[in-house]
Amino acid sequence: MSGYFSTPKSNLAMRHRVGGVWKAIFFLSTAIGLLALAVLVITILDDVFGLVAVVDKVDRTTLADRPLEDLEKDELLAILDKKVSVNRLRTIQRNGGFTLDEIPAGEVYELVIAEVVKPTVEESYPLFDSLFKRAEIEAEVAQKHPDATIYFYSWLNQRFLTNSMSTTPQLAGVRTALFGSLWIIVITVAFAFPIGVGAAIYLEEYASRSWVNRVIQTNIDNLAGVPSIVYGILGLAIFVRTLSALTSGKAFGVEGVETGRTVLAAGLTMGLLVLPILIINAQEAVRAVPNSLRQASYGLGATQWQTIWHHVLPSAFPGILTGTILAVSRAIGETAPLILVGASSLINKDPQGIFSYFTALPIQIYNWTSRPQAEFRNIAAAAIIVLLVVLLSLNAVAILTRNRLTRRAP
Amino acid sequence: MENQIVKQQVIRMESAEQLVIHKLRKRPRLGETFIQGFLFFCGAVSIFTTIGIVFELGKESLLFFQMPGVTLVEFLTKTEWQPTIGKFGVLSLINATLMTTLFAMLVALPLGLGAAIYLSEYATPRARSILKPVLEVLAGVPTVVYGFFALTTMTPLLRAIFGEQVQVYNTLSAGLVMGIMILPLVCSMSEDALSAVPRSLREAAYGLGATRLETAVQVVVPAALSGIIAAFILGVSRAVGETMIVALAAGSGPNFTFDPFQAAETMTGYIARISGGDVSYDTPDYNSIFAIGLLLFTSTLLLNVISRRLVARFREVYE
Repeated sequence: MSGYFSTPKSNLAMRHRVGGVWKAIFFLSTAIGLLALAVLVITILDDVFGLVAVVDKVDRTTLADRPLEDLEKDELLAILDKKVSVNRLRTIQRNGGFTLDEIPAGEVYELVIAEVVKPTVEESYPLFDSLFKRAEIEAEVAQKHPDATIYFYSWLNQRFLTNSMSTTPQLAGVRTALFGSLWIIVITVAFAFPIGVGAAIYLEEYASRSWVNRVIQTNIDNLAGVPSIVYGILGLAIFVRTLSALTSGKAFGVEGVETGRTVLAAGLTMGLLVLPILIINAQEAVRAVPNSLRQASYGLGATQWQTIWHHVLPSAFPGILTGTILAVSRAIGETAPLILVGASSLINKDPQGIFSYFTALPIQIYNWTSRPQAEFRNIAAAAIIVLLVVLLSLNAVAILTRNRLTRRAP
Repeated sequence: MENQIVKQQVIRMESAEQLVIHKLRKRPRLGETFIQGFLFFCGAVSIFTTIGIVFELGKESLLFFQMPGVTLVEFLTKTEWQPTIGKFGVLSLINATLMTTLFAMLVALPLGLGAAIYLSEYATPRARSILKPVLEVLAGVPTVVYGFFALTTMTPLLRAIFGEQVQVYNTLSAGLVMGIMILPLVCSMSEDALSAVPRSLREAAYGLGATRLETAVQVVVPAALSGIIAAFILGVSRAVGETMIVALAAGSGPNFTFDPFQAAETMTGYIARISGGDVSYDTPDYNSIFAIGLLLFTSTLLLNVISRRLVARFREVYE
């Protein structure tokens, strides 16, 4: 304790000045954290929206003498017949599960654009450049791609949500990845929720202070800090390799899947990953239940399990639910374990069940980000928005449910 | 005769009493025992997980070290890492991990501690109730998003400041962004430690004429030091195990360098890259994942255990 406030020489005004400077520094470090968050959000928005320079493979004026949007359905069909091979048309109809005759003109128009006109994005510009340097961009595009049209484009659009994976950025979408993430979450929750809540009840209600239970508790606390990639290695060794008969569905007579790199393996790996977090959260919820509730129940002659099932669990449920949703949002954003368990970003078929190959949202973001072209950055940013919206809505649901359930409780 | 009737009645009464006692005795309840057994099994799943991790990592690492040309000494002392052509020196990967971790902590420790001191010692309760959750949003952002951030914002920024010597993939960018990711962890753990320091200590310091800063820096921070160190160590452990940021922004390809502007692959980055393709089982590549995984697991476990010990100590003192 030999600081300056103990020395008689120090003068008060000076000390207060120093205090003020440091207060500003402490405030600044908080502000830098907030600033980082703001910059993060702005970066993403900057890449999702912006100007694009688009060049059509086939000049629209050669197809019809009026703008394509104004054409009747038969005229559009005629263009399709003339420009697209019969085989290709058949494939489109088979894959889409429709015939050209039954769909409305709007969808035929979309087909003409995708199959005949084939617009390709030659250049893509970030939002802020698009807003403030529009003239420069237009000059640059006019020089580099004379026949390109420039317009404002949102990479996050309806097509992005409903299309599956494609190697062309403006046709690629996240539907397959969304379904993949959804399947993984369902398996994760189905596996981790009962076991996690069970373990929490055991540790809080039944466990004596014996060494076995102390080991379990310490072990759970330590598992919560293990890096996620180590869980990925575990998943690769156990679920993908050792139990491949089980995770590929061969043991149940499912055909067509050769390795254990399936939704099931990924879900179980994620389940192990979130289990410690879920247990710790559930333990806190169970611990918060007042003891008087238990004693009243025992006093009326209930057994221990009756007390837990009818009184402790309902009272702890909002807390357990919130903890589970927090664990789930961790699982949705995790990428590293999925890379090891074998998510492939090239999948464009929706998962059909637990024994399907899969891709997931964070995997798509990783894959698109690691490509050099600017257009892939754009769709990576759009996918990030989708991911963040999913996470935010999950958290909102958690908060709302907790508030509702807590209000109802006596 | 009469005597006998009395006797019988007594016997009847005794048996009735026994019946009541019998009824009140704790009966073995099969259902309850079964449920308790199941719940114990749930708790034990975590033990199986640990055993699984240790067993699989150990088994495959053993296979790795039994391969021709691999020795533990070479593994830990050589600086070239190319398993496919028989170079097994993990130091280049460790070096890159330590560098990114260093940069991350250079950001996270001062900023995290500064923010924690501000929140716990200066901020009004209202300001704290707004600032803290917003800072914690940073902790909830998936790490792959930070990887995107490092590649699209931090690296161009560094290139604008330091010029062309900064490579597209570099450890500095990955490390700095990792620091932003760890900041909320360091901040909220340190803040917990600072808030746990009893008011009486602060009031005693004010009573001796200390200013707010002097109280915070010379009284509260030293009292919470073990908790702050714990936060720091946990932050290091998080940085060592972080994968997506370094996989995206630090570069692929092992490189033994101390230049922060150069690309260098970390341990986690290597694991992610090798397993990203369809890695075939029982190849040097496959087995090396497990050896590095074991290294990663033991080092982070050690750091976590130390951190927990420190937290437990400051809890014992003040609670």
